[in-house]
Amino acid sequence: MRTRTATGGIAAIAAITLAAVAACSSSASSSSSSSASASASSSNPLSSGGSSTSVVVGSANFPENELLATVYAQALQAKGVKVSTKLNIGAREVYYPQVEKGTISIIPEYNGTLLTVEVDKTSTAKTTAEVDAALAAKLPSTLQVLNSAPAQDSDSITVTQATANKYHLKSIADLKPYAANMALGAPPEFKTRSDGIAGLKATYGLTFKSFVPLDESGPLTLAALQSGKVQAADVFTTTPQIVTDKLVSLADPKFNFAAQNVIPLVYKPAMNATIINTLNAVDAKLTTEALLQMDNAVITEHASYSTVAAGFLQAEGLS
Amino acid sequence: MSFFSYAWDWVTTSANWQGSDSIPQQIIAHLGYTVLPLLIAALIGIPLGVAIGHTGRGAVLVVNLANAWRAIPTLGLLILLAVYLGFSILTWLIPLVVLAIPPIIINAYEGVAGVDPDVKDAAKGMGMTPWQQVTRVELPIALPLLLVGLRTATIFVVATATIAAYIGLGGLGRFIIDGLASNDYGPVAGGALLVVLLAVLVLALFAVLNRLVVPVGLRKQAELGRTE
Repeated sequence: MRTRTATGGIAAIAAITLAAVAACSSSASSSSSSSASASASSSNPLSSGGSSTSVVVGSANFPENELLATVYAQALQAKGVKVSTKLNIGAREVYYPQVEKGTISIIPEYNGTLLTVEVDKTSTAKTTAEVDAALAAKLPSTLQVLNSAPAQDSDSITVTQATANKYHLKSIADLKPYAANMALGAPPEFKTRSDGIAGLKATYGLTFKSFVPLDESGPLTLAALQSGKVQAADVFTTTPQIVTDKLVSLADPKFNFAAQNVIPLVYKPAMNATIINTLNAVDAKLTTEALLQMDNAVITEHASYSTVAAGFLQAEGLS
Repeated sequence: MSFFSYAWDWVTTSANWQGSDSIPQQIIAHLGYTVLPLLIAALIGIPLGVAIGHTGRGAVLVVNLANAWRAIPTLGLLILLAVYLGFSILTWLIPLVVLAIPPIIINAYEGVAGVDPDVKDAAKGMGMTPWQQVTRVELPIALPLLLVGLRTATIFVVATATIAAYIGLGGLGRFIIDGLASNDYGPVAGGALLVVLLAVLVLALFAVLNRLVVPVGLRKQAELGRTE
């Protein structure tokens, strides 16, 4: 029939939507079941015996995480530990089970999301100390977190330098008298997230003039902020544009956004004192500012992970 | 739960039909994001397609377009424009117009170029000016194919206008994108179902249009002959 194309088009639309909904619901259920089956720890050929000081450092599939993994790997190599890396594995659903089983020994994580996504979905811990304690208490037996770094890659309310100067803004609390004239840009889920619109109102008493749903601290959000379409936006604290576009991330003294400190997630049986002390020493020197500068070098200036990592470790006397 | 039970539960919740960002409001916004690009694409595509079909010059453009247009990444274009043009009306208009023009131009060209050469000859022989040849003979004969082109373009734009929601605008895409971001499958399935229903409505509309606009004799001829 003549209408073959149109019917084909509609069938395609319906099929793709069906597949998308099926994929969404199946991935949602599989991530919760993988953490439930975690505690069955059997002997792992990769960590058998005490002779192996060889570890596998893995990373998620985004630049900052690959960078952090490279920093950890180089620091360990400098202390004589045998290291192999497995970068760019995938999202947490993919790599978390691997660390649980010991296929990966070390991976850079973020304490806040690790807690609420994999370990304890109902947790209300907000400060670094609370989140670290909740993790230590609730992680499965094969896993451990080491010391968290001061560096955080968390949501923030960010404004342009001009806006910050105009209203003398240093922290989110300073926005209170001006929010009613400002449009806020953030990912769509900000509307319903507990630390989103509702959280900002409850914690800081802010009510914005309007909410523009954009992307997660991506090109759309940054373009909207620069062009003045929004006056404040949710930008991750280690986004390179903060440096290149001179943006100002406002401080969050009341912890509306839970802490997201960089923290090494490790497979306990593969650890020894050297590894633990080395990684803790690295984290002690890792500040948000240092991480931001490294991200800028890697993402904006296209420097290699190993060069940037080596530079950091050398500057901090860790290599 | 199935796609349809999610969609049905959501569409039948009366709260979704009231207040700001309600279903009726987003449907109207969605129609706006559909009609304007289509009008512009038709204004550009039909004259161009007819001219190329009548004169035969520039046919190479149409052939290449026919092969390449489905590869156009509409969403990528949208985000690129958002970064370089900011959030103006052109940001969402241009990608949707670019999406809609090829089927209109291709079918306008095929419709006019495919007119029986004997008929064209007869028109010339009767002393008609080129303008009269086009408007009195070629265009009416090409009308069924032209409508097919318009219908294809409309359905593609209806389905793709969901991308306007990416840059913070409304339309049925708002439900799909917000739902996906919050892992709330009701609006995702419901929004998608509404888009499909709109597309089916477009099909019905064009069937009616076909009946009204195309002369009976030509309709029969077109049904027997063409494939797309």
